[in-house]
Amino acid sequence: MTVLDDAPTSTLPALVAITKAKLVVIGNGMAGARALEEILRRGGGDLFDVTVFGDEPYGNYNRILLSNVLAGIEDTAEIYLNPLEWYADNGIELRAGVRVVRVDRFARVVHADDGTAMRYDRLVIATGSRSFFPPMEGMWADDKNLTEGVFGFRSLDDCAAMLKYAKTARTAAVIGGGLLGLEAARGLQNHGLAVTVVHATPTLMNAQLDDTAGGILRRSVENIGITVHTDARTKAVLTEGGRTVGLSFADGTSVACDMLVVSAGIRPNVGLAQRAGLTVERAIVVDDHMRSIDDDDVYVVGECAQHRGHVYGLVAPLWEQAIVLADHLTRTDVSAVYQGSRMATKLKVAGVDVASMGIKAPEHPDDEFVQFSEPRRGIYKTIIIRDGKLVGATLLGDTSKVAFLIQAFDRGLPLPEERISLMFDIGTPATEVGAAELADDAQVCNCNGVSKGALVACVRGGEKTVTGVMAKTRAGKGCGSCKSLVSQIVEWAAGGDIAVDPSANWYVPGVPYDKPELMDKIRELQLHSVSSVFAALAPEGKEDAQSKMGLASLLEMMWADEYVDERDARFINDRVHANIQRDGTFSVVPQMKGGVTSVEQLRTIADVAEKYDVPMIKLTGGQRIDLLGLRKEDLPAVWADLGMPSGYAYGKSFRTVKTCVGTDFCRFGVGDSTTLGIRIEERFQGIAGPGKMKLAVTGCPRNCAEALCKDLGVVAVDGGKWEIYVGGAAGAHIRKGDLLATADDPDTVIALTGRFLQYYRENAKWLERTYAWVPRIGIDKIRAVVVDDSEGIGARLDADMQKAVDAYVDPWSEREDPVTPGQFRTSLPLTVLPQVGRR
Amino acid sequence: MKVDDVPVGEGRSLACEGEQVAVFRLRDGSVRALGAVCPHRGGPLADGLLDDRVVVCPLHGYAYDLVTGEETTSGGEPVRAYAATVGADGEITVDATLP
Repeated sequence: MTVLDDAPTSTLPALVAITKAKLVVIGNGMAGARALEEILRRGGGDLFDVTVFGDEPYGNYNRILLSNVLAGIEDTAEIYLNPLEWYADNGIELRAGVRVVRVDRFARVVHADDGTAMRYDRLVIATGSRSFFPPMEGMWADDKNLTEGVFGFRSLDDCAAMLKYAKTARTAAVIGGGLLGLEAARGLQNHGLAVTVVHATPTLMNAQLDDTAGGILRRSVENIGITVHTDARTKAVLTEGGRTVGLSFADGTSVACDMLVVSAGIRPNVGLAQRAGLTVERAIVVDDHMRSIDDDDVYVVGECAQHRGHVYGLVAPLWEQAIVLADHLTRTDVSAVYQGSRMATKLKVAGVDVASMGIKAPEHPDDEFVQFSEPRRGIYKTIIIRDGKLVGATLLGDTSKVAFLIQAFDRGLPLPEERISLMFDIGTPATEVGAAELADDAQVCNCNGVSKGALVACVRGGEKTVTGVMAKTRAGKGCGSCKSLVSQIVEWAAGGDIAVDPSANWYVPGVPYDKPELMDKIRELQLHSVSSVFAALAPEGKEDAQSKMGLASLLEMMWADEYVDERDARFINDRVHANIQRDGTFSVVPQMKGGVTSVEQLRTIADVAEKYDVPMIKLTGGQRIDLLGLRKEDLPAVWADLGMPSGYAYGKSFRTVKTCVGTDFCRFGVGDSTTLGIRIEERFQGIAGPGKMKLAVTGCPRNCAEALCKDLGVVAVDGGKWEIYVGGAAGAHIRKGDLLATADDPDTVIALTGRFLQYYRENAKWLERTYAWVPRIGIDKIRAVVVDDSEGIGARLDADMQKAVDAYVDPWSEREDPVTPGQFRTSLPLTVLPQVGRR
Repeated sequence: MKVDDVPVGEGRSLACEGEQVAVFRLRDGSVRALGAVCPHRGGPLADGLLDDRVVVCPLHGYAYDLVTGEETTSGGEPVRAYAATVGADGEITVDATLP
C-alpha cells in the first residue's frame, strides 16, 4: 500500500488496523530467528506480514551446537531451533535457500537471486558472518570452490561435508587454534582421525586467554591426543591431483593431512549493506535502537552489526540486541536502547572448562591482578580488579566460581577483601553460605535429617572428632554427600579445639592399620580368615562387627580361592545372595548380561513372579529386572525355578554392564557395544571390591548407555576404536569419568578393564567408589600404572585378576543344602508396609 | 531350639511366649538374646553382623549391646534384652524376666 510508504514511523500502529505493514528479514541464522521470535512475542504477527530470506535451505538451527554434530554427540535433527513448520504455524513466509542480492532502499525493495523482488516497510539485516580463508596458495580450486579436502566450519553443510569426507580420511589439520578450531579438532578426533592444530600466534585461544592460560590449555589438548603447532605461519595448501595432502609453513617445514579445516576467524557479511549505501566499518554501524545510522527503517542484528565500535561474536549479546530491536520495531517500548554487552562466556573447549569475562590482562598500573596457576592439574585462574570492581577474569580447568564472578562482573558487586576467595571456596562450604552463617535449624544431612544445631550440640557435649560427631548424630551416614559440610561445621563449632581421629585412615574401624599396612601384615602372617585377622591384629584380639564386611571383602580379593570364608563375617545380603529391603524381605535380580534378554528368560521370570506372588517387578537402572518383596525362605526355590545366575545386585562387587544396541540395529552405532558389554560382564561377574562397580559400553559418542558416568565406561568411536573412561558417577555424587585410554580393539578393552579393576580393588579404601578414588590417586598416575605399566606390576595385576575370575562360583547354586543351619529361615514376621498395587 | 541350630557368629529368630526373640551365638560359644525387632525401623536384628559386644541392625546400622539392649552408636531407643542360657542337652533357654 502506497499509503503506508509515506506514513511517518510514529503513526504505524494506527495504520495497521487498515492493513499490515511488510517486514522483511534477511538472514535466518540465530540472530535473525531470535529477533523474529522477540518480534512475534510482542504481537508482531498482528503488525506485520513477515518474509524471511535464508540462504541455507533449512529451518533455523543452533550454530553453537555444530561442534556437537561434528563430534557425533548430537544428530543434525537435534540442533534445530525452529523447524520449517514453525514458520508456517506463525504465518511467516520462509524463503529458504534464496539469497538477497540487492537492497534498493529508495524503492524499499529487496531483489533475490531467484529473480524475484519484494517490497518492505521495515527491513531487518541479520546476515551474520562467514569463515575467513586466509589467502594462500592451494586453498582454492577455482574462483568459487575450495580445493577438495578443504573445509570451513560454519554451517550444517560444512559439517555434513566434513563428516562425509572424514570417513575416507585418516589425518586432518585445523588452521586456527581458537574456540571453533579446537572444537573442530576434537570433533574430527572423535571420528578416529589423527588431528593437528596449526595456530598462527604463540597462544591458543589468544582472544580470550593470556600466554600462561594458553600454555595450560595446550597441555590439556595435547593430553587428549591432539597435536598442536603454535606460531606456525601456513604458506600453502599442498595438493596432489587436486586433493589436499598437506600444509607447508613459512619456516620450510610441512605437515601431511588428508583434510583441512580452516577456522581462522570470521568476517561479517556486509557486502549487501555496502552496496545499499549503509555505513559499514568493521560491520554495519547501528544506533542504540539497533537501526542503521543511515536509515530508520533498516534494523541490523547479530554478528553483522557494529555498535559503539564493538562487533560481537557470541550469542549472549545477540539475545540482548534482539530484545531491543523487537521492543523498538513493534513500538512496544520506543525508548528501549542497547548499551552494549559485557562479554562473559563459559564453555567447554575440547573437554576443558573455560570461562572468561572482560579484559584478560591488567591495563593500568593500579589494576589489581590476582593469579593462580597449577599446570599439572590444568588449572589457571586470573582476576583483574579496578577501583574495587571486577573488570576481567579467566578460569581454566575449574570454573566452579564462575556464577558469582559473572554476577560481580555484570552488576559491579562489592568484592570480598580477601581476593583469593573469589577463586576458591576457602574455609567456606561449597554451598554459598559458610558454616558460621548457616541457621541453627538448617538441615545439613538430608538423609538422616540432622540439623546444624544438632551437630553443634554434639560438639558442645564433648565430642571433638569429626568421625565421632558423625557416629553420634548419624550425619553423613546416608549418601555421604554432606560430609565436607559436616566437617566444616564441627571444626567451626569446636573453634580449633578439634581432635584428629587416628582411626580416620584405618581401613576398618576395628583394626588399627591403613590398607597397605594391613595387606602387608595379612600377607606376612598368612591370615586367610576374618577371625584370624582380629585375633592377630586387633587390639586385644577383639572382633568388631563394623569391620567384618570390609575385612571379608579384602581377604576375598587377596586370597581368591584360598580365602577361608566365615559366613558370620558376611553382611546379610552376602549370606543369602539377595538385597534386604525395609520390611525384611529381599529383592532378586537375575543376571541379564549387557541388559540383553530373551523370550525364554522373560517367560521364566514372569512365571516365577506369579508363582511367588512378587509384589513389585521393577526395571533397574542397570538394565535388569528386579523382583522385590520375596520372602527369605523362598529364595532357594526362586533361584531353582529361575535357573539363572545371580546378578549380584546386592554386594560391594562388580554389578552390571549397561549397553546400548550398538551396531546390531542402531543406525548410528560405530562399535558392537552389546557383544563387548556381555563379554566384560561374563568375565568379571561377581568380583568383590571395596565398593560396587557399575560399568557401561556404548556404541557411539551419543552415549545412550551413559558410559561417561560409570565406574568404568567404554565408548566406541569411529575407526574401530574404544575410549575407556574411569571414575564416573551419577548417584549421590555426580562426576564425569576421566579418559584412561583409547583402545584399538575389544580384547585390549577387556585387558585394561581387568587391570584397572584389580588396581582399584587393591588400592581403594573400604567403600571408596572409583569417583573418589580416581581423583585421589590422579588419572595420570592410574594411566601410568594401568596402561603404560610404569611400575612393572601389570602382569601381576592381570594374574591376580585372573585368579579372582577363576574363583567365581554362582552363589545361587548354593540352594540345595543350606550352608548354615537356618540360612534361609525368616528372621522376622514381616511388618505390614503400605502395599504397592499389583498389576 | 538347640544351640547348634544357630551358626557360630550369627543370630536366629524364635518365638518365646508370644514374643519375637533373636538369639545370637558368639564365637566363644555363649549365647545372647534380644528382642528380634529393631526399635528404629523394625529391622530384623537376627540378620545383623555381630561381635562379642553388639549386633548391628542390617537396615540402618544401629548397634545394640547384646547384654543390656542399649543402642550404642547414637543413644537411640534400646531393645529389650533377655537372659539366655544353653542347657546340658544343648537346648537354648530364654528368660523373659530381665537379667
